[in-house]
Amino acid sequence: MRKKTGVFVCHCGINIAGTVDVKKVAKELSKHPGVDHSEEYVYMCSDPGQNLITEAIKEKKLDNVVVACCSPTLHETTFRNTAKESGINNFQCEIANIREQCSWVHKDMEKATDKAIKITKSAVEKVRQNESLEPISIPVTRRALVIGGGIAGIQAALDIANSGYEVILVERNPSIGGHMIQLSETFPTLDCSQCILTPKMVEVSKHPKIKLMNYSEIQEISGYVGNFKVKILKKPTYVDPDKCTLCDECTKVCPVVMSNEFDLGLTGRKAIYIPFPQAIPATYTLDIKGCPGLLPIACGKCADVCEPEAIDYDMKPEIIEEEVGAIIVATGYDLYEKEMLAEYGYGKYADVLDGLQFERLCSASGPTQGKILRPSDHKEPKEVVFIQCAGSRDPELHCAYCSKICCMYTAKHAMLYKHHVHDGQAYIFYIDIRSGGKGYEEFVQRAVEEDGVLYLRGKVSKIFEDKGKIKVWGVDTLIGKDIEIDADMVVLATAMRPSDGAAELAKKLKIAMDKDGFLAEAHPKLRPVESVTSGMFLAGAAQAPKDIPEAVAQASGAAAKAVSILSQDRLYHSPTVAKVNLNLCTGCGMCVYVCPYDALTLKDGKVEVNEVLCEGCGTCSATCLRAAINVKNITPSQVHEMIQACLGG
Amino acid sequence: MPRRLKMAEEFEPRIVAFLCKWCSSAGSDLAGVSRMQYPPNVLPITVMCSGSVSPLYILDAFNKGADGVLVSGCHPGDCHYIKGNYYARRRIALVKKLLEFIGLEPQRFQMSWVSAAEGTKYTQIISDFVKDLKPLGPQTKLRRNQ
Repeated sequence: MRKKTGVFVCHCGINIAGTVDVKKVAKELSKHPGVDHSEEYVYMCSDPGQNLITEAIKEKKLDNVVVACCSPTLHETTFRNTAKESGINNFQCEIANIREQCSWVHKDMEKATDKAIKITKSAVEKVRQNESLEPISIPVTRRALVIGGGIAGIQAALDIANSGYEVILVERNPSIGGHMIQLSETFPTLDCSQCILTPKMVEVSKHPKIKLMNYSEIQEISGYVGNFKVKILKKPTYVDPDKCTLCDECTKVCPVVMSNEFDLGLTGRKAIYIPFPQAIPATYTLDIKGCPGLLPIACGKCADVCEPEAIDYDMKPEIIEEEVGAIIVATGYDLYEKEMLAEYGYGKYADVLDGLQFERLCSASGPTQGKILRPSDHKEPKEVVFIQCAGSRDPELHCAYCSKICCMYTAKHAMLYKHHVHDGQAYIFYIDIRSGGKGYEEFVQRAVEEDGVLYLRGKVSKIFEDKGKIKVWGVDTLIGKDIEIDADMVVLATAMRPSDGAAELAKKLKIAMDKDGFLAEAHPKLRPVESVTSGMFLAGAAQAPKDIPEAVAQASGAAAKAVSILSQDRLYHSPTVAKVNLNLCTGCGMCVYVCPYDALTLKDGKVEVNEVLCEGCGTCSATCLRAAINVKNITPSQVHEMIQACLGG
Repeated sequence: MPRRLKMAEEFEPRIVAFLCKWCSSAGSDLAGVSRMQYPPNVLPITVMCSGSVSPLYILDAFNKGADGVLVSGCHPGDCHYIKGNYYARRRIALVKKLLEFIGLEPQRFQMSWVSAAEGTKYTQIISDFVKDLKPLGPQTKLRRNQ
């Protein structure tokens, strides 16, 4: 039976009608074979506009409709729902994009109208061969995986767990806490960072719904939204946390001293260690990189003194397989290496610190118990220069982006310094002060007015050691003068960059990264916590430089998104998937080889489609020599008709 | 009917552009949103992935009288479908060789990488393509007289 098509041309005010003669489009389309109804209206997406579609479908018993309007990314769902409510299948509605791809990019009315007619005819040809389809329903594994145990990962895990779903929290370091646990105070309130974070860490460790996997890394991920399969590598700590009593006897006898990453190399630690006193899980880890050997004959001192016999040199790496329905990636940041900064001495001066090292110096749990002392000679520095944008906002040599948090933490550092060394002087070199945020501008003002921090607008060109001082050569561009400061200590506000290993993880997860290596969100404005892969969400500084409140907010957002998946009974998958014509398929297997999703398998000499895995990309269809496999609703026959419509006339 | 050109009339090439839904079609949408201007000679056909563009589509477009054909996908490494554009790249290279072998001007067939953020690039590609095709005149090599 002949199919009846309806065409609805939208004016979009003057957005379309300004350059496209919509009346002519509707008139021309009414002459097109198979079109039984054609009209135009000022705003098709409005209620009256949608009613026109409904009425026409019902009155003229239309089989399918084409709406010539804006991009399908905007109103395809709207009009497909209208079609469905009017009694035809959603897939019997197609959008002809005559705004973004026509009226907005052309000025010549005659030519634009001609093009709009062709685009609309091409959509008519497509919709006439569309199959009516229903979404494919798939089950949901009601557990989540959170990768990264910093503040963002902790917040996301707690939010999901508190919604009643199980969470696996994977952290590659021996303890959760991330960089936040290293900080001394936080802006703009000067809250003690450890004091506000440790309650959350304890909550994670005690939560019945959270399975914490520290010292573990993601090895492999497969599957799809609602049904991911994850292989997690649990690295051996060589200490049984259940037996360990935290007596600390092992570190006393361990002969190996290594750089302590928790204090960013300002102190040393033993090869067997607990990262910091409040570590979660509270247990020791034997660092195989420094241990002279797991053979007791080589050393074995720690095992000798361990009364509860918690040390087990035979512990092996384990691979644990888990199934989850949603994944949150919160892999955080690392600082841009000061070794990369030639003008600031390539990190070779002991008294030139980066921001996190200065945090450790200020911290009561740090190497100096909160006294600010020079690492080189342990004297109190009386002149401290803080340099902002060290590596940030420097597209030629370093990172092009603004690291966002440095203006605020430098103000905090200068303030903390003044609170410790009352007779000292703090100088801050800056390009601009970016203090957008609640209470942030007031905080910077407080640093200037109450603590007498001297802000100098300009960049530092060079720093070098000179007679026990760090000579800083800079310029104050506001007064146009060169500045030379004999500083006792220099603190660099080094740029934030994606954490080590984030790129490899992104590859395993098949989520995209932006040009700077941060994880890419699905839409910069409207989908800021989703990755482009459905079921995977982003939280914290892994997505872009951000401060603690923003990381927490994004983590809660990502958790809510994950819960919206976990709370479903079933998920629905687009039914525009590949379909095999068994009469034509010879079982050559070329499509099986090219399928990016492993959705095709050979069975009894023919190809079989796993409709749940198939994303409908059509790579198989272009590969098949016999046109035996096609994606539903974008078949070669449809494309050939669309080409004809585009070139006809 | 093949078009007949009047002598005075400037030749306006007809281009069929196969755009992948996720990057290039979105990039052309961005060109629209940003109100960039390019010649109306291009007729877009949105496909799911550049990897789904069969050589037959390209030949069919030339058979039906296209003066130029563009296939545009996500940048290599950025494919929404992980690796569809890599297959497209290999396949398109072969199609290009075939078309040159049968004597079609190489400028008539192009492949490009346009991301969803590259409205400017899309505008530039279309403008350049039209400029390149104008001196060549209508494509007759593969056109079937219909």
